[in-house]
Amino acid sequence: MTDISKWFKSGQPWIWLNAAAVSTSLIMVFGLVVLIATRGLGFFWPADVMKADYQITSESSVFLIGEIVETEDIAIQRVRDGGYEIDSNDEFIQRHLIKTGNRDIYGSDFQLVFKPLLTNVQFPEEIIAIERREWGNFYGYLKSVKKKGEIIAEGEEAKNVLPDLIDRVSDIFAELRVIQQQDIGAINYSMEKLRLKKRRLELDNDQDPGKKAKIASQRETLDQKYSVLQKKMTDLQEQIQRDSIVVEAMNGEQLEVSLQNIVHAYYPNSMSVLGKTGFYFAKIWEFVSDEPREANTEGGIFPAIFGTVMMVMLMAVLVTPFGVVAAVYLREYAKQGPIVRVIRIAVNNLAGVPSIVYGVFGLGFFVYFLGGNIDALFFPEAAPAPVFGTPGILWSSLTLALLTLPVVIVATEEGLSRIPSSIREGSLALGATKAETLWRTILPMASPAMMTGLILAVARAAGEVAPLMLVGVVKLAPSLPLDGNFPFLHMERKFMHLGFHIYDVGFQSPNVEAARPLVYATSLLLIVVIVLLNLLAITIRNRLRERYKALES
Amino acid sequence: MRWRLLKDYLARHMVAVGGLGVIIAIILIFVYLVFVVIPIFYGATIEKVAEYPVPASGGDTLYLAMEEQSEIAIRVTDAGRAQFLSTETGRIIDTVELPLPADTTVTALGAAEPNSGILALGLSNGEVLLFKHKYRVSFPKDKRLITPVIEYPLGEKTVRLDPAQSEVHELAVQINEEQAVIIGTMAHSDSPANHDERIMMTVLVKEESMLDDEPRWVEELNVPFVHPQSNVDFILLDKEMRNLFLASKNGELSYYDVSDKSDPYQVQHLSVLGSNKQLVSLEFLTGDISLLIGDSSGTISQWFPVQDKQGRLGLKRIRSFDSFSQPVNRISSEYNRKGFLAVDESGRFGIFHSTAHNTILTEKITDSAFQHMVVSPRANAVLLQDSDRLYFYRIDNEHPEVSWSSLWGKVWYESYPEPDYIWQSSSASNDFEPKLSLVPISFGTLKAAFYAMLFAVPLSIMGAMFTAQFMTSSMRQVVKPSIEIMEALPTVILGFLAGLWLAPYIEANLPGLFSLLLIMPIGVLIAAYSYHRLPDSIRYFIPEGWEAALLIPVVSFLGYASFALSPVLEQQFFGGNMPGWLRNELGISYDQRNSLVVGLAMGFAVIPTIFSIAEDALFAVPKHLVNGSLALGATQWQTMVHVVLLTASPGIFSAVMIGLGRAVGETMIVLMATGNTPVMDFSFFEGMRTLSANIAVEMPESEVDSTHYRVLFLAALVLFGFTFIFNTAAEIVRQRLRKRYSSL
Repeated sequence: MTDISKWFKSGQPWIWLNAAAVSTSLIMVFGLVVLIATRGLGFFWPADVMKADYQITSESSVFLIGEIVETEDIAIQRVRDGGYEIDSNDEFIQRHLIKTGNRDIYGSDFQLVFKPLLTNVQFPEEIIAIERREWGNFYGYLKSVKKKGEIIAEGEEAKNVLPDLIDRVSDIFAELRVIQQQDIGAINYSMEKLRLKKRRLELDNDQDPGKKAKIASQRETLDQKYSVLQKKMTDLQEQIQRDSIVVEAMNGEQLEVSLQNIVHAYYPNSMSVLGKTGFYFAKIWEFVSDEPREANTEGGIFPAIFGTVMMVMLMAVLVTPFGVVAAVYLREYAKQGPIVRVIRIAVNNLAGVPSIVYGVFGLGFFVYFLGGNIDALFFPEAAPAPVFGTPGILWSSLTLALLTLPVVIVATEEGLSRIPSSIREGSLALGATKAETLWRTILPMASPAMMTGLILAVARAAGEVAPLMLVGVVKLAPSLPLDGNFPFLHMERKFMHLGFHIYDVGFQSPNVEAARPLVYATSLLLIVVIVLLNLLAITIRNRLRERYKALES
Repeated sequence: MRWRLLKDYLARHMVAVGGLGVIIAIILIFVYLVFVVIPIFYGATIEKVAEYPVPASGGDTLYLAMEEQSEIAIRVTDAGRAQFLSTETGRIIDTVELPLPADTTVTALGAAEPNSGILALGLSNGEVLLFKHKYRVSFPKDKRLITPVIEYPLGEKTVRLDPAQSEVHELAVQINEEQAVIIGTMAHSDSPANHDERIMMTVLVKEESMLDDEPRWVEELNVPFVHPQSNVDFILLDKEMRNLFLASKNGELSYYDVSDKSDPYQVQHLSVLGSNKQLVSLEFLTGDISLLIGDSSGTISQWFPVQDKQGRLGLKRIRSFDSFSQPVNRISSEYNRKGFLAVDESGRFGIFHSTAHNTILTEKITDSAFQHMVVSPRANAVLLQDSDRLYFYRIDNEHPEVSWSSLWGKVWYESYPEPDYIWQSSSASNDFEPKLSLVPISFGTLKAAFYAMLFAVPLSIMGAMFTAQFMTSSMRQVVKPSIEIMEALPTVILGFLAGLWLAPYIEANLPGLFSLLLIMPIGVLIAAYSYHRLPDSIRYFIPEGWEAALLIPVVSFLGYASFALSPVLEQQFFGGNMPGWLRNELGISYDQRNSLVVGLAMGFAVIPTIFSIAEDALFAVPKHLVNGSLALGATQWQTMVHVVLLTASPGIFSAVMIGLGRAVGETMIVLMATGNTPVMDFSFFEGMRTLSANIAVEMPESEVDSTHYRVLFLAALVLFGFTFIFNTAAEIVRQRLRKRYSSL
């Protein structure tokens, strides 16, 4: 007993409790990453598809096909309260969340089932999983393959001919997409430009018939091009609709699925581990390189990645020169006095201003005030549709540039302050002007610090969502801010963003349950990018410190 | 050489301009926010546009009104004419002779809800003529042309009100798609000398027949209205045709429920004025729920029905405006806002807003008393008439609904039982009054921050204490950056996890969370003590400073155990469902996305901030202080508490302040992990709405430069203010600390 009280008196228990706080924090950090990683990465694995009888009541049972997504223990009392009769002596039973797919038939993708009620569980090899462009996944049996409505293969043979046919359709689909998005997109874009040109002439009261005729003739050529493309598209569309398959769902219903709606068809239960691994990586690639489908709940997130990267790059281009100039001014040119001290406090303080406040400022000042005036001055022909007077990528990157400006200023100043004054004095003593000293010696030496600041700024900007919701992000952008139409970079367009994608799909989507794994995967991607950027910044900072240690000695 | 010097000169100035420009741009943010917010606190201004004599022809004015653009006014006269005037010049644009039956004169006028433009003339033969003034807008040659029209919603025929055919004294009318109600007073037919009056009510219903295109209006009721009290000088019927108010000049007011027209009943009879006062004017506030009562002493009071504790309705005096000292001659309510204008006997004019309890402007504009006044539908102009002249004023009054008291005080809104803090900026209904109290959302902000700090402060400061003073440096080099990287985690991810994973998980494992609070410290202490009792040979195998690493499996196990125990506890003590148990047994409502979830998620987000700064402060405590204390025989813990913690306390304070600043401004976590309902409740198990989430939700939908838009900017400014206070406090304390260290 005395030992315990002595131990308590020594203060050791408190130290241990403090240590526990560190352990808890660490567990939370890594636990969070592991949680997101497992949930995000597990999604792409082609899990086995189960087939079982589900005994709902003692008389009736249904046939169930689906993937087990989640399993949890649940108190049997709660189940019985819910009106289920379960014959078991355990206090807890397992409940599975089963992805049954086939939303067009059952109305939802998921079903909760109690494990004790499942009987006759099998994993038959002939179950096919079909990833469709509409209505989510399908699980069931392949019955036959049709070509122009005629059955060309059945049973085992159908299984063999299907992959080639899907490949063919995928090729046509890709071709169609190129025509739709690039060729027709370009024509629409030019048409819109011509319309604006014409409107401009009207507004300027320009009666020159030559200009009008020119616009008309350009329009003519565009129309011709358009009709050619349209014909091609109609042909392709006919071809893509040629084949279809007949499949049987778990309730015995037969369904004809046109091949143009199929992305993948595979037999998960008959795939080898190697095959599954290949499929897994193909799916991950598809996730990062493809466009979203079905209100963002399926498919890839390429436009969001692209939008994020693009916005962050624009922001970096804007923030670096200004941040560096401000830091150079504060450290090298301004007279060090109370004013500079106040400015420094203000800059530090701004780093703590909530991001949403920047968003409000961006919306009011950039979008409505600046953008509105730009529209009135330069784009009167587009009225009443706003060009720059509406949220867009330019305003987003400007807002985030303001938001991250303190980060860059502070980091650059830190770097400048670490440069020994002997270097400046040496350079000046050798006859260099102040500008030359700065340009040739100080700035190159401070460049790693600037890099650190920039990387931290980029990492912060990439994860920031709240201000972007006000100044330019949308859930689904019709076109990327960078494309093949002159002037290539469309600063006024709205864009998609990874962080907003998470918010939107996780909270605003109609089918949250189905979309959740996708959100985990997106989160994982965002975390990886941001952690890598931060690690990079830390490495550069450490290198930098090493370098000055060498200098000081 | 010259070129080099020039370059130097240029560089110097360009850097100065650029640098100062950036700094000014940053300050501009604050200035711009203020610039947008300021107009909501501006008062109103009025400007006289024109003054002209009342048209000589056509009789005396009974009623004035203006159309939407306030270009044209209508003047209805006692000669049964409707004159349309140009408001800016007084020129008569059109005169319509209303189809009065032969040998009758106009004795009264009643106006329905002003947006409808429907008026009723009470005639000397006890009949009533309904008409409507309407304006057609066309754009010939791209110029706006407004053409006034008179229509007769019930047809050009008059409607019978008094079968005994006495002249109508006072008149009230309302009409909607199905029925029309006309109520009027008249003298007793048997003894015209009797001052007491009778009240008659006529109800017409619309009948649409298959054959006729035109609907027919058929009299459904024409009955005397039983009113036991004395004479009636004012009649007001609301647009829903449910409530009827009868008042006399001596301040007697009766409140009737006329939902059932064949069986009206008196809800209340009361005297609304003190002695020696006369009731001079009585009007509805827009929405027809509140009454505005102007008396002879110059006070305007607002009354509306309020339900008392027994559920009975009764009129209550809500607030009053005492800017006038002369009788309040006329009151004119704005069409779309809860504001009104008033003039008094001495020619003073005032603009008021009811719920903001705001006297926006009072100005004496003539010496003679005004007999008529009407505000334009957009409340941007007013037309006044004294004995012989008309005055047309423009009003600039953009944001009357905002005042200090409506933003930060309790406001008694119509149909609410008591004054309250309410944020409700929009709703589906048209008649809706925005309720813009910043109190509930500021409260929500601080509540969320409080719960986040409750979780984050102990954990991060204890962690910082251990990391700075007890941990071996090799482990510290790993631990510090990994916790700091946590700071860079996008909060949208934390919010998503909190809303979609943590919230349901906690709901299902609530007992586990609470048992964790008990199990974790006890478990850790038991583990530590067992370790202490281990033979020294094993203990010395692991050097000091690795306790945190040793505890990782222990903490993981304890955490797992608590949650594994959760269903068992729930089964044993809470009937298998703790949220349900809270609800049923303790009456505590449980939202799935509650403060607990926000506290955990946002605490997680601020832990790295606090940890990092506090750790720096603790680590920077000079080593000679520590060594001195230890050398004097203090234990490690005593040194920690009495020397290190004390020396570094300003740094820890500033860490907490910066963490608080971050928690206050955080948007995505609260947006995703709470229900975003603006409640004023400190409960652990309910959600909240914060300033930041509120801005994120409402800003994209608010109309530019509207009051709502500016109030959201004000919310941003308040948020800015909160964080500014916390950050500046932190910064000042940190600078003090720096000084103290330099002296040590």
